[in-house]
Amino acid sequence: MSADLLHASAEAIGRSVVAKERSAAEVAEFFLGRASRTAERLGTYLHRDPERTLDAARAVDRRIAAGETLSPLAGVPVALKDNLCTRGVPTTCGSRILEGYRPPYDAHVVERLREAGAVSTGKTNCDEFAMGSSTENSGYFPTRNPWDLDRVPGGSSGGSAATVAAREAPLALGSDTGGSVRQPAAFCGVVGLKPTYGAVSRYGLVAFASSLDQIGPFARNARDTALLFNAISGRDARDSTSRAEAKPVMLDEVERGAGGLRIGLPRDLIGEGLDPEIGAALDRVARSLEGAGARVLDVSLPHAKYSIATYYLIAPAEASSNLARYDGVRYGIRKPGRDLIDMYGATRGAGFGREVRRRILLGTYALSAGYYDAYYLRAMKVRTLIRKDFSDALARCDAILLPTTPTPAFRLGEKVDDPLAMYLNDIFSIPASLAGVPALSFPAGFSKSALPIGLQLVGRPFEEATLLRIARAWESIEDVTDRVPPLVEDGARA
Amino acid sequence: MSARAETESKRGEALARYETVVGLEVHAQLKTESKIFCGCSTKFGARPNTQVCPVCLGLPGVLPVLNERAVRFAVMTGLAVGAEIAPRSVFARKNYFYPDLPKGYQISQYDRPLCIGGSVEIHAQDAWKRIRLVRIHLEEDAGKSLHPEGREGVDTTRVDLNRAGVPLIEIVSEPDIRSGGEAYDYLVRLKQILVYLDVCDGNMEEGSLRCDANVSVRPRGQTAFGTKTEIKNMNSFRNVERAIAFETERQIGILEEGGRIVQETLLWNADKGTAETMRSKEEAHDYRYFPEPDLLPLDLTPEWIESVRATLPELPHDLRGRIQREFEIPEYDAEVLSETRALATYYEETARRSGNGKLASNWVMTEVNGIRNKTGQSIEEFPIRPDRLGDLVRMIASGTISGKIGKQLFELMLKDPEGPETLVRKHGLLPIDDEASLRAIAREVIAANPGPAAEVRAGKERTFAFLVGQAMKQSRGRAHPEKIQDALKKELEEGA
Repeated sequence: MSADLLHASAEAIGRSVVAKERSAAEVAEFFLGRASRTAERLGTYLHRDPERTLDAARAVDRRIAAGETLSPLAGVPVALKDNLCTRGVPTTCGSRILEGYRPPYDAHVVERLREAGAVSTGKTNCDEFAMGSSTENSGYFPTRNPWDLDRVPGGSSGGSAATVAAREAPLALGSDTGGSVRQPAAFCGVVGLKPTYGAVSRYGLVAFASSLDQIGPFARNARDTALLFNAISGRDARDSTSRAEAKPVMLDEVERGAGGLRIGLPRDLIGEGLDPEIGAALDRVARSLEGAGARVLDVSLPHAKYSIATYYLIAPAEASSNLARYDGVRYGIRKPGRDLIDMYGATRGAGFGREVRRRILLGTYALSAGYYDAYYLRAMKVRTLIRKDFSDALARCDAILLPTTPTPAFRLGEKVDDPLAMYLNDIFSIPASLAGVPALSFPAGFSKSALPIGLQLVGRPFEEATLLRIARAWESIEDVTDRVPPLVEDGARA
Repeated sequence: MSARAETESKRGEALARYETVVGLEVHAQLKTESKIFCGCSTKFGARPNTQVCPVCLGLPGVLPVLNERAVRFAVMTGLAVGAEIAPRSVFARKNYFYPDLPKGYQISQYDRPLCIGGSVEIHAQDAWKRIRLVRIHLEEDAGKSLHPEGREGVDTTRVDLNRAGVPLIEIVSEPDIRSGGEAYDYLVRLKQILVYLDVCDGNMEEGSLRCDANVSVRPRGQTAFGTKTEIKNMNSFRNVERAIAFETERQIGILEEGGRIVQETLLWNADKGTAETMRSKEEAHDYRYFPEPDLLPLDLTPEWIESVRATLPELPHDLRGRIQREFEIPEYDAEVLSETRALATYYEETARRSGNGKLASNWVMTEVNGIRNKTGQSIEEFPIRPDRLGDLVRMIASGTISGKIGKQLFELMLKDPEGPETLVRKHGLLPIDDEASLRAIAREVIAANPGPAAEVRAGKERTFAFLVGQAMKQSRGRAHPEKIQDALKKELEEGA
């Protein structure tokens, strides 16, 4: 039974719960048991409440007993990134400034998951306010990569990616602003989807950069990713930027194979700095897909090279405004000061970490009178060009294949003092964020040092199904989803 | 000439050499039921922080959703002042820190406002003058900071966020206003338009209408503008007028002494009648405006805009002209009577019922407004309804009763809901015009005043008026004024 659950897909778990072959409570107990052995070592959770998780699971069992028809995610544990608001449950975004803060409302996705019968395992660790690529910027503690505890799990949704990789939960939600779902998915060897901007309501997602933020699912395979995406996507009247075009992904569609699809390789972007093992993985996957009937062609994203510069103007600009509300007046921590301004300074100085302060300053500068045109406005123009690059390229192909990251997971502490090196890690993920198009990272195999390698697929707006279809086709060629991190084997033995 | 008079006279001459240039920024709260970006009530006067939700509290993770009614009200205002309605306008964030601003930014509009241009007509020195508008844009209100008397040495500020998120329009005028008096008239007329549209209640004390003034002066004849200052914190139209007058004199004083005007923001102190520096140009905020990423651009179709135009009520300017023509009353009357939509309706009903527009106008302006000025009643609360007043005016106009009896009836009607015809009988106020009754009164008056009667008989014409007065008094004003003279003459002759 335990081994069953360890390897079972979310889909299989959900179906068995709906079929009353096992109870949601049993499932919850199994994953809570696993987390109790590994979560602390990995630093995956900022907040766990096993009793609450069990209560939620029992509630699902009661609903099923009462004859309610639940979704295929019934009784499936899902971990939530700590920047998703959960009513009465601590939500800190990994920041000291929100220490002890409990929202009075649930995020849209949290409501949707509860309706679907999914069960929350807790709130996962992340870079403070989702700003970072390693989860080392958490205001509390870093998360470790389950495949190598000396390495980072990526970020900012490192806790969510690691908890799925470590089999503490079959599914998790993260948020992706410039790669915060895809990059940790790649580092941890799981699937991570950044949906089309507008596909998932942001209501209740604590904002980092509003025009880029999207909530996205983590899972171990494409089908589970589709199920979780379906559970959270669709138009929500409380988010004016959410769109009615967002439609569920049909599992039949996911199973259609790669035959007849055109896959574009953006050669101009994939160049120097790329780890040779990742380059080799890219070639291998491309050839395999070709073998499965896809056509691989070269496409061009001429402005993608300006992505990082563009992103680091737009995202901090929006962040500087979004984070203004943490002023010590109404919630979160407050540090006393001589006067109002001094209180603001003391509170924000104490509550925000270095990276958050750096980005607030960057963004404030970019929006300042006299600089707005040169920085923010120009960045918005480049963003339009990048968006056009993608629409041009995706007119010639159905999906673009590229690396998720230039290297596999790096070591803890390796880049903390070099923000630029950290930023450059997002070179492949940021372009799709700026364009607002869907992008997916899927496990392509392992490096010689047994670190996961992730590759990325980028598609047309609201065509998440195509990306999942290709990822599923690759899984059927080379399934890496069964491999369990060594740490977890240890944990299972303990 | 005394030294003081001389100073005064010089001051007057200096003032006359300059021209005041004023632009006003008016913030009007829109009368929507709910706030601009959430469903909370906008009702004024609730207990602090009871009309709030995660959205207007600016809690982490919330998003704004635009209230369509607020857009409609803003567009109605734009159409009423002849502004161009932008097919696409864009919300922007205005960033600044303040405890009553929950998100640390105000959602407003910046480079792409909802309404562009338009104008408001004012009455300046007996002529109509057009004050052009720059723009009207939509934004959210902030909360209110209260500074209660704290304990000794403790500086306490309390924040009430009930007002946070109440929809506002900001109406920005061109610098076309030339005096505090013109500013006053502009505000009166702008408020009148807003109240006619029923989009704002225009209550400056409750803060539903607020005004900042940009003031500069320049020597008459000069076309370039002088350096301007901004005055805030004026809580009535009269205070706007006073503040502009104060600031005009202050600036002229500085220039006359060879000084330079410093660009700054001033705070009007109504108690002292002065304005004090709030912040200098160097301390001015950099609001770091940028397009609000949580809201889509506001796109309005021509069809929708026309459908809003079709719902516009008759506006003060049109109504004034119409009643002036329809009831043949002077412009002045039309202006007084169109002060509010309700007063105009009251007048129109009275005038139609009475069949005499000018007489109806006199009664509404003098008697009805006279009472209302004393009691503070709104026209809706006024106890005499227009059909009753119309009947009264008709009776006077037709000569059925005198104006004097009319006034007595009016007093009775204030307390008694019966119509004037009934009250006339009930209180025996019907005119006396039958020969026998009039002769009886005449006889009594002559008998009671033998001396004056003798004088009249002896040819002293002037004493006759005295006897007429006595007869009117005797009849408590009811005797027909001409017929009683005949009766008196006949009785005097017959009794001789």
